[in-house]
Amino acid sequence: MSATATPVTDGNGKNYLNESYGLKSWLLTVDHKRIAILYLISITVFFLVGGMFAGLIRLELMTPEGDLVEAETYNKLFTMHGIAMIFFFLIPSIPAVLGNFLLPLMLGAKDVAFPRINLLSWYVYITGGLLAVVSIVMGGVDTGWTFYTPYSSTYANSYVLLAAAAAFVNGFSSILTGVNFIVTIHKMRAPGLTWFRLPLFVWAHYATSLIQILGTPVVAITLLLVMLERLFRIGIFDPTLGGDPVLFQHLFWFYSHPAVYIMILPGFGVISEVVACFSRKRIFGYSFVAFSSLAIAVLGFLVWGHHMFVAGQSVYTGMVFSFLTFLVAVPSAIKIFNWTATLFRGSISLEAPMLFVIGFMGLFVIGGLTGLFLATLGLDVHVHDTYFVVAHFHYVMVGGMVMAYLSGLHFWWPKMTGRLYSEGAAKAAVFLIFVGFNFTFFPQFVLGYLGMPRRYHAYPEEWQALNILSTAGASVLGLGFTLTLLYFIWSLFFGKKASGNPFTAKGLEWTVPSPPIAHNFAEIPIVTEEAYAYGDEEEHSTTADSTANTKQED
Amino acid sequence: MSDFPLFPEQASTVAGQVDFLYFLLVGLSLFFSLLVFSLVVFFTIRYRRRSADDRPKPIHGSIPLELAWTIIPLFMAIGVFTLGADVFFRIKRAPADPLDVYVVGKQWMWKIQHAAGKREINELHIPLGKPVRLTMTSEDVIHDFFIPAFRVKQDVIPGRYTTLWFEATKVGEFQIFCAEYCGTQHSGMVGKVVVMDPIAYHDWLTGGGGGGESLVEAGARQFQQLGCETCHKTGDTGRGPSLIEVFGKPVKLTSGEEVLVDDAYVRESILQPKAQIVAGFEPIMPIYEGQISEETILQLITYVKSLTVTEE
Repeated sequence: MSATATPVTDGNGKNYLNESYGLKSWLLTVDHKRIAILYLISITVFFLVGGMFAGLIRLELMTPEGDLVEAETYNKLFTMHGIAMIFFFLIPSIPAVLGNFLLPLMLGAKDVAFPRINLLSWYVYITGGLLAVVSIVMGGVDTGWTFYTPYSSTYANSYVLLAAAAAFVNGFSSILTGVNFIVTIHKMRAPGLTWFRLPLFVWAHYATSLIQILGTPVVAITLLLVMLERLFRIGIFDPTLGGDPVLFQHLFWFYSHPAVYIMILPGFGVISEVVACFSRKRIFGYSFVAFSSLAIAVLGFLVWGHHMFVAGQSVYTGMVFSFLTFLVAVPSAIKIFNWTATLFRGSISLEAPMLFVIGFMGLFVIGGLTGLFLATLGLDVHVHDTYFVVAHFHYVMVGGMVMAYLSGLHFWWPKMTGRLYSEGAAKAAVFLIFVGFNFTFFPQFVLGYLGMPRRYHAYPEEWQALNILSTAGASVLGLGFTLTLLYFIWSLFFGKKASGNPFTAKGLEWTVPSPPIAHNFAEIPIVTEEAYAYGDEEEHSTTADSTANTKQED
Repeated sequence: MSDFPLFPEQASTVAGQVDFLYFLLVGLSLFFSLLVFSLVVFFTIRYRRRSADDRPKPIHGSIPLELAWTIIPLFMAIGVFTLGADVFFRIKRAPADPLDVYVVGKQWMWKIQHAAGKREINELHIPLGKPVRLTMTSEDVIHDFFIPAFRVKQDVIPGRYTTLWFEATKVGEFQIFCAEYCGTQHSGMVGKVVVMDPIAYHDWLTGGGGGGESLVEAGARQFQQLGCETCHKTGDTGRGPSLIEVFGKPVKLTSGEEVLVDDAYVRESILQPKAQIVAGFEPIMPIYEGQISEETILQLITYVKSLTVTEE
């Protein structure tokens, strides 16, 4: 990182947020930072939409009978919850918000390689999102986010075409982002910033982009085939037309399994940055963490059949996929051990970003280990398509990914907005989210092993107690998320102004003002340090800027 | 809220083995999670920041440690994989001579046919202590036959047969669920397995009500009514091959290929007869696709199977 301690400013107090005003300056921006903010607002809207559906689902499941909504409505609720959360929140989240904002800054670049394509990716996302909203408003789709055939291609009477089109279009946003990041990382690193001096956040996004580019086209084609079969009765998946319904599952999961790694790998990147800063130490085993991201990207493409152990695959096919699934667990374990080792002999402080990381470590470990239950063939037969699976993926997606996203938002919020949020409120939110989350989803492991199937509108009454516990937890979880939204918005208007480096972190993004100027750097920096060069500097470091006693911007 | 079960009962020969895998994984998970949690908590407290000028030494890594925590989990993973695969084989491979029952799933009910003739909807009566094999297909979308107390589950797919076997170890009633989302009444597609001791089962099976015609008899009747016997005569004197003693054996096709005459082949030969013609015969059999139900096909298959006993 460059040797300057004083952040560079545009003398007029201008930054990327205030250098131009008006809707056009935002909707036609090519500034990666503004595009990140556009994404931030959009994915938050979809998170609220998906969250609302989740609330209704949990409300219905408080009683064993299907008495809140009709069966068809319930089926639409869980379908739309999945589609909104997976395609329109989780997959874009960290890459589109934090990746877009930070990658050029971390690389010492003025923007991404293709700024206009970056804007295009947001418009493609919005188009897909609008199609999804239209499909909801017109009556919704009830196939499950997994669109299994022949139900989706022949039998469903809901807005399958619209919903599939929404996901289809949205996939291109993902591909464009992936292409942009790969080229940016290869071509736009500042002088001296060699591959092994890169922040692990960058490695994580590189691996993610590989998956986005290679995997997304497959789901696009698959959804297109479903749309074609629905429109023209071609006979790809419907056996009465000569098709094979299981073919759909192979095609669908070939993308959708790697998709979960698109979701979690950027989260891993955030964790590395936050652990290093809040232990004031270089990440233990840097190259192992970097390569494990690539290993996950590659191995992640080889395990899709673990969603199909009882789908009609041969026993031998099942064995191959089970074995490979156990293998892909190992690189994730390596990361957890390396992050833990980073804490050893560190200097640890527990501000909100670090608290979210600790929460992540706990919840992701449980989520990842329960994945092994599902990888175990003999056991998966029993728990497949039960609430055990639902609990597993919410532990990794919400307990893992969303915690990591929130950690990143809290860490870089001062950089992105120039404001500090209330640390006390943030600590309260971490607590509510962690407790609420566990009460929501841990009982679901028990329910799943008992035999409660997924996507059930009504269930045997002896399972009501566990369902009530889960719903109670969901309300606390919802409260935690709402609190976060509120204090972030509050901070925009009333939060104390942040300095260039409130957490005294290493990284090129912390050498510029908060918020940065439109072109990031007045001069491209020259990098002479390793990544996370905490404890390497001889110069006196400025006192850490905490939320308790803030300084004005230099 | 009367009961508050936290664990399903074990009612099949395989349940105990599946639960063993479960508890093994629970144990391993507890071990590793407690290990990680306690280290994280311990380090966070022990190494908490004491002053703003704390400058810990950067420790870059340790190859021995990396190798250790890569190789040890790898071996544990392979171990668990092997145990899981072993139980999986047992779940998937039915023992010799099971009692055959036929299941047709449709939105949103389970139609069950016993070989001896009894038909049921959403209920499956079986004897205690005898392996039972379900041969299943769907009339519409993908369903899944799931009996939690037996720890078994199998997708039920339109256009093909899938099988599921189990041996009950307890008398009683056990829930059946559909475990693959299949539309509006997916959560209503439930039923129960009724396990009876063998004598009570025999009485139930041969008792009145629910149809007296066995599957073989029904198949024989359909064979005649649908006109099959006009071409499929004994000896190869008819326009179609004789079906005596063909089931379960390989047959040569006009393409030169050899295939096994199993459930799937017989079903395809009825629905799409031109697909795989037996060598020496013309492709003249009428197509029955869309004209007969899945149950009728199962009856016909059972009848053809029965022709291995050299009668008629």
